[in-house]
Amino acid sequence: MTRENWIFAVFLAAVLAAACAAPFMVRPYSLEILIIFMINLILVCSYRIPAMTGDWSLSHVVMMGVGAYTTALISQQWELSILLTVPLSAIVAGIVGYIIVMPMIRTRGFGFFIASFAIGEFVRLTWVKFRDVFGGPRGMIGIPSGEIGAIDLFFPVPKYFFVLVIALICLTIMYRLGRSRIGSTFTAIYKDEELAEAIGINVPHYRALAFATGTFFAGIAGALLAHHLGAIDPKNFDINTMVYLIIWIVVGGSATFWGPIVGLIVMTFAFEWSRPLLEWRPLLFGGILIFFLVFLPGGLESLWGKIRDRLAPRGGGGEGPASSAAADE
Amino acid sequence: MDLPTIIQTVANSIVAGSVYAVIAVGLAMAFGVMKMANFAHGEFFMVGAYTVYVFYALMGWPFPAAVLMAIPVVALLGVATERFIFRPTRENVLAGFMATAGLAFIMQVLVGQIWGVGLMRSVPTPYMGAMDLAGARVGWQRVIVIPSAAVMLLALWYFLRHMKAGKALRACAQDPETARLQGININRMTMLAMAISGALAGLAGALMAPIHPVTPYMGHSVILTAFIVVVMGGMDSIAGAIIAAVLLGFIHTFVTTLSDAVTAQMVGVACMAVVLIVRPQGLLGRVKA
Repeated sequence: MTRENWIFAVFLAAVLAAACAAPFMVRPYSLEILIIFMINLILVCSYRIPAMTGDWSLSHVVMMGVGAYTTALISQQWELSILLTVPLSAIVAGIVGYIIVMPMIRTRGFGFFIASFAIGEFVRLTWVKFRDVFGGPRGMIGIPSGEIGAIDLFFPVPKYFFVLVIALICLTIMYRLGRSRIGSTFTAIYKDEELAEAIGINVPHYRALAFATGTFFAGIAGALLAHHLGAIDPKNFDINTMVYLIIWIVVGGSATFWGPIVGLIVMTFAFEWSRPLLEWRPLLFGGILIFFLVFLPGGLESLWGKIRDRLAPRGGGGEGPASSAAADE
Repeated sequence: MDLPTIIQTVANSIVAGSVYAVIAVGLAMAFGVMKMANFAHGEFFMVGAYTVYVFYALMGWPFPAAVLMAIPVVALLGVATERFIFRPTRENVLAGFMATAGLAFIMQVLVGQIWGVGLMRSVPTPYMGAMDLAGARVGWQRVIVIPSAAVMLLALWYFLRHMKAGKALRACAQDPETARLQGININRMTMLAMAISGALAGLAGALMAPIHPVTPYMGHSVILTAFIVVVMGGMDSIAGAIIAAVLLGFIHTFVTTLSDAVTAQMVGVACMAVVLIVRPQGLLGRVKA
């Protein structure tokens, strides 16, 4: 292993140790934030999968809602274990994602963005409209916290560890996916669509695949959210929530796997610190969004690359996990 | 449906269609010139309505004067948006679009903090009474929306076709590089496009203020409809936007009358999805080279 890989492994171990120690060190309220943070972590990383092909969507939060509603429905209908509801919700969200991307695939870039907004809104409105099934505007309540064997996930600490394990599994899969052949194919489509087509990549197929994979993981996040909150309604998944997700991505950057995570961490702190200014928060976040798009379009991750260049001009080094930040864009 | 109901619904459809047209033409116009996609267009509409609220309901100006005031106010807002958001993000459509989503947040908070979030602001109806149309009654307040929209769109058409600045604007929309070679100042043209776009949104909001509930979040429902219209019409096509607006006005109003507003929204989105599948460039859109 190269030196950078060692540093990375040590860093990862430290983060893991901190994550395992956290529930016994922090106040219950902070634990609550950590659980939400883990769920958002899955969401924000899953957003990057379709974004790798260049498809930025505005329906991702709605797809998370599909996972949440599926969980609510199946745990109301049958008393399934949480170990089944979560993957089932993910599969449903993946299938729904694959269906809705079919008309959207005809568009590219900005058109895709708008089409996903409208179609996502369509899915969300079905929850408002069909009261008998989805509870209408008031949403669904009484979703169980779930249990594994004898461990009741109602209590924060076991719930935290459950969400942590799921998040780690999802993040590992998404990380590996990004570096696999499929991930390279996605990036190739983004870099040069015509060239990708010319070397025999079925572009619509891979774009649909990327989108459905993204919604699959968004479905996992939604299922966890539903089990965690116990009640969901259509407002949880509206365009405002979606804009917050966009803010995480824009602040962090989307060129590497780590960008969205950095953005989420920074903005979670900003979110908590701005709690006294509750009604001014959208203004603050809107300002941050504009600031980053205008002055730092690559996000915080591009800053890392700039600092590296400043400290060690033309630094060689191995293909470290965070070193490709500046390479893109 | 009996005859008066049908006439009533048709009249309401035309009113809705003309408002959608004014809003969507503004959006299509900005997108046509240098691909400025404005997510805060619904908030421009909202500011137009608040202008009428301030000048007409609070300060007691005559209604037409308050409506005319909305045009420069929101046009200035459009110019500022161009200068501080669209110009720095010109090479990336999505960046400008997302930044204006931030702008929408900012404007909602500011308006909410200045005039209150809770209850809607009531704007008294300046034109009482209703027009009698074979048993159907259409309020005058709604009727005047139609000629106002028509005059505004005709003026825009005349400006784009017959005036020098309008021709320059169209040249800029067709090919910015060549337009620049002809000595057209691109920055001035994008500013002009955003001013017109803002003026149209402001006018629509001002006309709707006595009919539509005036709240800081009234732009939300508008923006989705406006984007459906623009995508159906073909993104940068003004004529396409007008046709799609009237079409969607009829669809929305009839489905709302027969069923409910949520279903109407869903049908509208479904129509857009069909257009995307059958004709991705929109009804009158040009295929990009």
